[in-house]
Amino acid sequence: MKQYYQPEIETAPREKILEIQNEKIVKQVRHVWDNVPYYRHLMEKKGVTPDDIKSVDDIHKLPFLSKDDLRETYPYGMLGTDLKDCVRIHSTSGTTGKRVVAFYTQHDIDLWEDCNARAIVAAGGTKEDVVQVCYGYGLFTGGSGLHGGSHKVGCLTLPMSSGNTERQIQFMMDLDATILCCTPSYAAYIGEALAEQGFKPEDNKLKAGIFGAEPWTEEMRHQIEKSLGIKAYDIYGLTETSGPGVAFECEEQKGMHINEDHFYAEIIDPDTGEVLPEGSKGELVFTSLDKEAFPLLRYRTKDICILNRTPCSCGRTHIRMCKPMGRSDDMMIIRGVNVFPSQIETVLLNEGYTPNYQIVVDRERNTDTFDIYVEVAPDQFSDLMSHIQRMEKSLESALRTMLGIGPKVHLVAPKTITRSEGKAVRVIDKRKLH
Amino acid sequence: MAITQLSVFLMNQPGALVDAVSAISGAGANIRAMSIAEANDFGILRIIVSDSDKICKLLGDKYLISKTEVVAARMDDRSGALYPILVTLSEANINIEYMYAFTASAADEAYVVFRVNDVKTAEAVLNANGISTLSDESLKL
Repeated sequence: MKQYYQPEIETAPREKILEIQNEKIVKQVRHVWDNVPYYRHLMEKKGVTPDDIKSVDDIHKLPFLSKDDLRETYPYGMLGTDLKDCVRIHSTSGTTGKRVVAFYTQHDIDLWEDCNARAIVAAGGTKEDVVQVCYGYGLFTGGSGLHGGSHKVGCLTLPMSSGNTERQIQFMMDLDATILCCTPSYAAYIGEALAEQGFKPEDNKLKAGIFGAEPWTEEMRHQIEKSLGIKAYDIYGLTETSGPGVAFECEEQKGMHINEDHFYAEIIDPDTGEVLPEGSKGELVFTSLDKEAFPLLRYRTKDICILNRTPCSCGRTHIRMCKPMGRSDDMMIIRGVNVFPSQIETVLLNEGYTPNYQIVVDRERNTDTFDIYVEVAPDQFSDLMSHIQRMEKSLESALRTMLGIGPKVHLVAPKTITRSEGKAVRVIDKRKLH
Repeated sequence: MAITQLSVFLMNQPGALVDAVSAISGAGANIRAMSIAEANDFGILRIIVSDSDKICKLLGDKYLISKTEVVAARMDDRSGALYPILVTLSEANINIEYMYAFTASAADEAYVVFRVNDVKTAEAVLNANGISTLSDESLKL
């Protein structure tokens, strides 16, 4: 009854997993030391050499990497192989200044697709299934990740990409899709669209959904499960570590199993960097164990989370992480897109506004609303409504270009943005996500 | 010639206008004419006051305020009086961005305020057609 994609690894005894990890980490650190001068320099500064890393117990000796390091080394500074051995790139959402480009060799693609295949099989997928992938394809990792995993399992793969809900529904119904892969908000939206077209949950052939790339709640899970008549599974990942599939839910749905043979997880105190004991809440840090092109040691995800090593009744022995409970930085995920307040500030200054603004994020009918309140500057004020509205449109379009999603801009009078203790409250997130 | 209109940025919410009007009256100004343009989140209060320079300075601390030259044309307070004024402007190829009107103290007189793309020409053609226009000085009386 129980299904695994790679049972010998997914259900391996703890000692076996540890053995795999210890063997891989020694090689991975040596690989980085030999090929990534930037990280080698960080190690030298900390007085660590590859000889100091004999097992995963030594990982805490290694220096951290953050998104800043990846920006600093853009585009090739973290490359661990010759470019001629790379076969693909993917990139984070967000744009100028915040963009991260990750490289993949065929080996890297394979291990990433294996991780996604494990997630699909854990959600009940077999070669009999029809997998509808409506994550975005392209630079975003969502589409390619699940697509590759679906191929590995041998499912019929519908590479729909995101959007065009009418077509999604048509293919879903006509081709009898059984597994849906997309962001949870889009799944909820499809559920509503189906109901609006008069379909009942039992009218579709879907049995499971694999949803990720943005925070979602248990309430939202129940709602999606009800509206589509499926079981909804969570999946976790980030471009820096490959993409989706770093961790995935099994049928127990009590945390996501981290693919520990490829990614070593730690929880640290975000302020001190100190490794916290198992079961503590802190920042999640990943070390890739066998990546060739983009090997990242101790990459700080900024996601706040708890790890759980207790055995899972699904039979998988890999450690579980809870849903991220928040962020240790100010990044927001809005409609699946990473948004930093600093990006908004840059656009405002470029467009001649003061950096007095407030971001309000909410969720209506399972879709994130994204409003930005901006104080009008004297230079921009005019007696002509058309002039002000033109500026408002132009700001909206500049923000859309920068962020990849379009906020609604509201111009407000100077000095009206709420300030507490002299410092403006920049973000009001009314979504109850954690 | 021409007169100065003050434009004040106001939030589109209860109490915004009463605050502004109270500030204007507190500054000792008489609003001779006004209009409001509204958008979803905000509005623009446009006013003609007796001493625009002084009011602009006094309100400037609290409000986003700008000065615009507009044309105030005198007309009779009777049916059909606006028509020849509009024809005159139209024939001179003057574009009207917006307008509003107010009646004067004399019973049969009214004024129509035009925000146009070319104040000088507008005034010239109106005056040449026997239509008188107001100046800031005349407002102070």
